[in-house]
Amino acid sequence: MKNTIASRIADFLKNYPPFNLLQKEDLLTISKQVKVKYLEKGKMLFAEGDIGHKRFYVVNKGAISLERINNDKRETIDKCDEGDIFGLRPLFAKENYLINAIADEETVLYAIPIKKFKPLSEENKEVGNFLIQSFASNTRNPYSEAHKGKLISDKEPEENQFKPNNNLFELQPAPVTRKVVMTSPETTIKTAAQLMSSKKVGSVLVVENNIPQGIVTDEDFRDMVATGTFGIETPISKIMASPVICYPQGLSIAQAQLTMMKHHINHICITEDGTPNTKVVGILSEHDIMVSEGHNPSVLMKAIQRSSSTNELKKIRHKITLLLRGFIDSNIPLNHISKIIFELNDATIKRIIERCIKKLPAPPPCDFTWISLGSQGRKEQLLQTDQDNALIFEDVPPEKLEETRAYFLELARKVNKRLNIIGYEYCPAEMMAKNPKYCLSLSEWKSQFTNWIIDPGNDEILLCSIFFDFDISYGNIKLSNELANHIFSLTKDNRKFYAVMGATALRNPSPLGFFRQFLVEEDGENKDYFDIKKRGITPITDAARLLILYHQVKNISNTAERFEKLAQLETNNKELFLACAYASKVLLKFRTKHGLENRNSGRFIDLENLGKEEKIKLKRCFKSIRQVQELIKYRFEVTPYI
Amino acid sequence: MLKIFKNKSEDLPEFWQNYEAKFHEKLPTEIAETRFVVLDTETTGFDLKKDRMLSIGAVAINKKSIDVADGFEEYISQETFNPKTVKIHGIIQNERIETLTEEEAVKAFLKYIGNSVLVAHHAGFDIGMINQALFRMGLPKLKNKVLDTVNLYRGTRIISNLINIEKSYSLDEIAETYNIDIKDRHTAAGDAFITAIAFLTILGKLNTDRKLNLKKLFRY
Repeated sequence: MKNTIASRIADFLKNYPPFNLLQKEDLLTISKQVKVKYLEKGKMLFAEGDIGHKRFYVVNKGAISLERINNDKRETIDKCDEGDIFGLRPLFAKENYLINAIADEETVLYAIPIKKFKPLSEENKEVGNFLIQSFASNTRNPYSEAHKGKLISDKEPEENQFKPNNNLFELQPAPVTRKVVMTSPETTIKTAAQLMSSKKVGSVLVVENNIPQGIVTDEDFRDMVATGTFGIETPISKIMASPVICYPQGLSIAQAQLTMMKHHINHICITEDGTPNTKVVGILSEHDIMVSEGHNPSVLMKAIQRSSSTNELKKIRHKITLLLRGFIDSNIPLNHISKIIFELNDATIKRIIERCIKKLPAPPPCDFTWISLGSQGRKEQLLQTDQDNALIFEDVPPEKLEETRAYFLELARKVNKRLNIIGYEYCPAEMMAKNPKYCLSLSEWKSQFTNWIIDPGNDEILLCSIFFDFDISYGNIKLSNELANHIFSLTKDNRKFYAVMGATALRNPSPLGFFRQFLVEEDGENKDYFDIKKRGITPITDAARLLILYHQVKNISNTAERFEKLAQLETNNKELFLACAYASKVLLKFRTKHGLENRNSGRFIDLENLGKEEKIKLKRCFKSIRQVQELIKYRFEVTPYI
Repeated sequence: MLKIFKNKSEDLPEFWQNYEAKFHEKLPTEIAETRFVVLDTETTGFDLKKDRMLSIGAVAINKKSIDVADGFEEYISQETFNPKTVKIHGIIQNERIETLTEEEAVKAFLKYIGNSVLVAHHAGFDIGMINQALFRMGLPKLKNKVLDTVNLYRGTRIISNLINIEKSYSLDEIAETYNIDIKDRHTAAGDAFITAIAFLTILGKLNTDRKLNLKKLFRY
């Protein structure tokens, strides 16, 4: 019987070790026995102490976090991405699982029966070696020679076994870039420089038939070209450093760093046999080592700007989450945290748009602006939640309108898809630029807002509240400014509109009950949980938006910043507004902390697990919400009947 | 006419009686205990009466995992020439795939599905196609319970005036939303596999209160 599904699975597996070492028929036999599992985000696949399953796992899509509980704290030991295997060692060693495996995001796994796989690994020496090495070194992709020869059954001392990456960092294999920027010796200096700037790299490898001849770095251009020693039409071979320092695969980070220091170089060329006489397989740069080590914002920023694939961006996203966790744990002020995370998110979006434009057959037919809405627009998106965005393009002649829209819809489809891959869920209300309703020309947007503001029903107000909090992510700021001006001219002294907005801002009344107890959800899936978004964050965000609109202040979309601005504008309410600014930060931090702990949006909080101090803090926030709601009620003459 | 009112199973062939007998067993209540068969058919066109099936592809879901070993993929030989069959004939000849007659394929399929819950995208069409084949064999319709991923997917959408809730979602749209690889699109087994992954994803989305059971699924 033909087996399309098994072939599809084999097609995937053959790209990853050790499956790439198997014979085609063997791989197909195994693929026929695969079970495909789907795990929701946060779902545990196995826990420490569980008896080994009959199958081990390969990540097809998504990510699995391997964790250990240490002093009541969860410690991530490793993260498995597409193509990574895990859960194999305990099956070979016939032990129970020593770690927890949890889905870090929605994940599809291939479960492979150990019974079918073990005989193959015993017959096939290469596969066996791969496994021995991976068990011994505890790295998933162990080309590290240093670990050769250890046996599977060798039990390593506890502390060695689970060390997270940072401790054994120097012994990890150094990250090798496979996509090497290369050129031939005859290339002119000018062309080589153009190549380097288009690829955004600091060095180019000069090769002949893929054999490394020399290497040129930014420094060489400064020292030998900019000084006037060589003209820009000179062949690159005149200024290249030669011979190139070459090493075989499997260099550890420590080795790589020592080699670079010894030779005063920033790049090591990896060739087939480690000599300059065989073909180039990759390049290893000081920068890449720094990136693999660092969770520091500037390194991450650089990595984002240089990233050349969506997968790479996704890995950087994981690091941003680690950074966020570190910030929250060390109690760094939220202003500071949100700014840094916002900048990194913003750079990620920009990079994706940049790359998607290049993927399209033609450049954009006219100017456009990509705006981020909702929490990213307010610079409050700390956890990865839904993506809300829209696109404004310049007005074009009517006969060109649909053609232009088609171009931008195609662009938006690509961008939305990639944002989804790196972890921003699609907006359930389809408020995304790929939706033809939200990919409009400037005048279409203007008339859209006119309709919303002149006749505001519930849906229109909801749309307004999302679209009023926007931030330009990419493109021409004139377009979004013009739209903002249009909105202000419509809302100025528009009492009817303010009254409706006011009613919306008050739809979630004070979250404290009569006896000052918390109001929890009464039904649904989150019964008895406290909804911090609905009862805390949304009311305070709504209040800030309405008040700032009333004052016609442009370009501030962050809730805390809005209140700080309001405190300046209305000195008699200064105290209340500053308290609200504080409350908005506290609530956001609360949500972020809970989201990180529970790997979700942090929206629903289990009150039983809150400490007394935290409860008091929350209650204080709600007092400020109640006061600002009172203020809105009187100022905008909100009647309870809308 | 009288024949219809007679006890059917006596006149019907043994394989049908075996199939029917499996329905004496009650279906489990829990999703994890249920065997689902996710299927897709490739056909010469969309006319239930005139068009014919070219192949049936299916894969089973046991314990909430897609069980590749528990799959079904059969190609059906065509009696009459139809230009739409040329492509698949090419595949069949090039890869030397064995074909079955329609009757043999349906017979094998009945044995494979038993009383499992059938799942398909736009299920009405695929089930209709198989029922037509059964009709030509002088047999009654399929007795299995059926779930349609179009309706289930709709159940995962939020209730909002801002989106068109009645929209009929294509398999491609769902695959895009869930980021499912669509390389084998338009082969019966390939589409069945994509539908199966979509189905598991949808189950995850619908099960937010962790109380989803089989009965609730049929309400979508």
